[in-house]
Order: sequence, then C-alpha cells, then structure tokens
Amino acid sequence: MIEVRNLKKSFGAKTAVNGVSFKVEMGEVLGFLGPNGAGKSTTMRMITGFIPPSDGEVFVGGFNMLDNPIPAKRLIGYLPENAPSYADMTVLGFLGFAAELRGMRGEAKKRAIDRVVEMCFLESVLHQSIETLSKGYRHRTCFAQSIIHDPAVLVLDEPTDGLDPNQKHEVRTLIKKMGRTKAIVFSTHILEEVEAACSRAIIIDRGQIVANGTPEELKQRSEHAGAVTVRLLDGSSAAVTHKLDQLPAVGKCTVLSEAPVTVRAYLKKNGARGELAREIGEVAATEGWRIEELHTEEGRLDDVFRAITRPETKQEEAA
Amino acid sequence: MTDATVDSPAVVTTPAVRPEKEGGASALRHILTIAKREITGYFASPVAYVFIVIFLLLTGFFAFMVSGFFERGQANLLAFFAWHPWLYLFLVPAVGMRMWSEERRLGTIELLLTMPITPWQAIVGKFLASWLVLALALALTFPIVLTVNYLGRPDNGVILASYAGSLLLSGAYLSVSAMTSAMTRNQVVSFIVSVVLCLFLILAGWPPITNMLSQWASAWFVETIAAFSVMTHFESIQKGVIDSRDVLFFFSVIGFCLFTTSVIIRAHRAG
Repeated sequence: MIEVRNLKKSFGAKTAVNGVSFKVEMGEVLGFLGPNGAGKSTTMRMITGFIPPSDGEVFVGGFNMLDNPIPAKRLIGYLPENAPSYADMTVLGFLGFAAELRGMRGEAKKRAIDRVVEMCFLESVLHQSIETLSKGYRHRTCFAQSIIHDPAVLVLDEPTDGLDPNQKHEVRTLIKKMGRTKAIVFSTHILEEVEAACSRAIIIDRGQIVANGTPEELKQRSEHAGAVTVRLLDGSSAAVTHKLDQLPAVGKCTVLSEAPVTVRAYLKKNGARGELAREIGEVAATEGWRIEELHTEEGRLDDVFRAITRPETKQEEAA
Repeated sequence: MTDATVDSPAVVTTPAVRPEKEGGASALRHILTIAKREITGYFASPVAYVFIVIFLLLTGFFAFMVSGFFERGQANLLAFFAWHPWLYLFLVPAVGMRMWSEERRLGTIELLLTMPITPWQAIVGKFLASWLVLALALALTFPIVLTVNYLGRPDNGVILASYAGSLLLSGAYLSVSAMTSAMTRNQVVSFIVSVVLCLFLILAGWPPITNMLSQWASAWFVETIAAFSVMTHFESIQKGVIDSRDVLFFFSVIGFCLFTTSVIIRAHRAG
C-alpha cells in the first residue's frame, strides 16, 4: 500500500532524510524507530504529502504522491506530531469538519462520527470546546480524525506521546487490531511499543535506515540474545565460571553478582540456541549445583537500538 | 432600503465560480466546508464581534463627529465612505492576520494540507469566510442609508456603488493580509507587514502624495504610481460609476495576493 523509493530531503545544507526506501503491505504494522532528529517525522510528512521530497518517490495505493496527490491523500489517515487540532472548535464540530473534507455528508457523516467517537471514548466531551480538554482527550480527538474515513493507510507520528499508561495501552491495542486490515506506519520512542504492536520495525538514524526486520529478528542482533543466566543458591563464582568456560558452546562468561552467585554465559559465535542451556543443565547436574534460576535471554530491543544508533553527542564529535 | 445587505453576498460569491470550473462540484463543497469552519472560528472567538462593533463605532464617529455628516447638509454618504480606506487599514489586517499564521502556530496546517483537497481550495475558502465577516460589518451600517433617505433624496445608485467599492476595497486589503499571514507564524508580524503594504496601496494615489510627486516627476510616472493605488479606484467608484477597469483592478489585487499566498505556502512546505 505504501511504497517509498530512495526518499531524500534537505533543508538548506542539512540533510534530514537521505535515501530511505521501504514498503508496507496491507495487514502490516510498521514501527518507525530512531533517535530525536533522525528524520522520522520528515519521512512521515513526505509520505502524507505535506512536504515534497527533494528526491525520490512516494506511492500510496499505487498513486504517486507528487503527481496525483488527491487520490493518494484520500487513502491516508494522518495523525501529525503533537496531534494538532482547532482549539476553538468542539470535538463534534472538528470531527464533522474532517468528515466533510473526506467527502462525507448527512447520514454517512453521522455514522462515521459515531464510530470514531465510540472507538476513541469521546462521548463525554463531544460538545466541549477542544481548548478546554486535557492533553489525552485532545490527542484522542486528533486520532479520531485520522480514522474517520476508515482509511486503508494510517500514518501516526508518535501516537502515544503524552498519554498516561492506560491510554497508551488502549492506543496500542487499537493499532494492533486495526493493523490486520490496514497498512499502518507509526513512529515512537518507546521500544516496548514496537514489540507490543508491530509486525515489522525500521530503525532510522541520521536520515538512513540502519535496521529493518521483525521485532524478533532485531532482538537477535542483541549481544545478549541467546545468552544464559544462571543463579545458584551456593558455591563460588570463580568455580562456576571455571566450569562454564570449559563448555564447548560457551563463548565467554561474566559474573553478574557474587551473592547469590549469578553468572551469564554468552553463546559462541554461530552457536546453536538451546545448546547452551542444555550443556549448563548437564554440568549443574554432575557438579551438584543447586540452581535457583536458569533462563535464556531473548535479547532486548533497546540494546540493539543503542548499539546501532549513535547518541547525539557522539555524532557531533564525529562531525 | 437594505440594498447593501442584498448586494454583499452577490459580490462575495463571484470568485468562487472560478475554482468550481477547475475541480467541479466537490471543489466548491470543499471551499464551503473550509469557509464554514473559518466563520465558526471567527464567531467562536471574540474577533468577529470586536471587529463589527469597533467598525460600526468608528464609522459612526468619523462620519458624524469628524466629517460633520449633518452639518454638511448634503444628501449623500461621501462623509461616511471617505473614511473607509483608513479604517480598513487597521481593521482588515486585524481580521486577516490569523488566517494562516494561526494554522502554522497550531500545526493544523499539517492536517489541512494532508486532507484530500488542493491548497487553492483552502486559500479561497479561508479568504471568502473572512471577507464575509467584513461584508457583514459593512452591511450593518445600513442605518446610515436609512437616515440619509429619511432626511433627503440621495442618489441611491451612487450609494450602492460606493458600498460595492467599499467591499472590493476590503477584499483587496484582506488578500494582502492573507499573504502576509502565510509568511509567518507570528500574528503581530503579520499585522504590521500587512498594514505597511496596505498603506502603500493607499498612499500611492492619495492626492497629497500625487501632488508632491507631480512637482518633480513627469505626468505619466505619477499616473502609473497612482494606478496602483486603491484610492484612485475607490474614489472613481464612489462617483457612482462602476467602471470595469476599477473592478478588474481590485480583483487583480485579490488574485495576485492569493496566488502569492499559495506560492508562500508551497515554499514553506518545501523547506
């Protein structure tokens, strides 16, 4: 549904987006990750046709956003960063305005408003002026606007920003549910959100894609992925490390704590997952270790994220 | 009696015909949707009410107290209309300054321009809505028409033409304000730049300025400068003759400024 080819955008001398290409099919939820200023919002603004790219192409539902913007924009629902809305309007007036611009009139408009009001829990504030609402309600009002025409493509720029944990959970559930029948792109800083709602994630840094895969694939890139942590009721860490180092599947061991003895064994390069836990289990049985806990690490997205995106300060030093 | 009231909407709807040809009925619907929202916005905030009340107070004050409407003993509204270019100079930019700068400040411009509408539809819709507010304020000055008809036998054709001229003048100023408000997210900057540009449009043909210019410049130069002035065209309409050249002038100013607005908005998006 969305195809982005070699997208570039420069503001003066500064390159915000530098050659980004990806595709999002129907039924996919793509998480867009990256540090602040990585080019996430700029990319989304180009997808939705708000700003024209300096180079490259955007296709939405087969329509080129530059040559044929109106049919392309009809397919898209967009929640811009900070969820802007007309402060002087009521929630009902604002949603009616959005519905009318989407070509809905009369009964169709009424039904569309009823639907999103129910989905976004806006009944209680329907006749209130938007400026009197709390941030959470304002955010949901703008979100409601983006899905009012039940779009095939949904572009959400930080949809959970500024919401409380309950609201975050609701929005995530909603995204996941809608993702089955739509093509969704959403950006976020919160890595657990990607695991909770995305079928695929892209990490973007300094305007370029540095990783693209399912959340599971990305987690595999973590150095902790496949490592086994073992915690014993007694024994000494030196003796345990000594034994573990001799195992064929172990690459290296680190002591996490002395009392109780906790050791993490890392898998050798190209070692098979599962091998490590089995070998440690066997050695524990022969040595008579009393195991309190033994588990295989999944790898964490934030490790991967930190490893492949350099923080702002380091970028400046490099520049 | 209520000639001005009847006249205003007819003039206002004329520019809407052009985009209809381009994009059909849906284009017109989008323009009306945007205009409706904009008018709701004006009346939800104090802007429209303050403008209308101040406009009526000031036109009344200048016509009766300063120009001496009664003391003149003439059955015409020259004392009333003569002040319009100067009142509009400050009041119209006050109405127009928020048109685009507010959208930029709130970020709603991002919503508006990612809707399946063309920027032109948004520009025209917003402009028409603000113009309608100005037209409403102008229409509410009808008691002065009643007064002059009660007291004497004025030429109502001239009065009608003057109302049309005043409306066109406010439209020209408003288009300048639309343009300056697209330049900045700061409403104060938008207001000041707009006042200065409108002042230029007045002064270029104001007799004290043209007289000063004619002392050293050749006649054709003075006339060229004066031709750019709203005063030249406004005063010509006030004589009761609606010359197509004067009407064309005002619509050219409106067309040019709205076109420039679209260029500014596109440039702003392109970064």
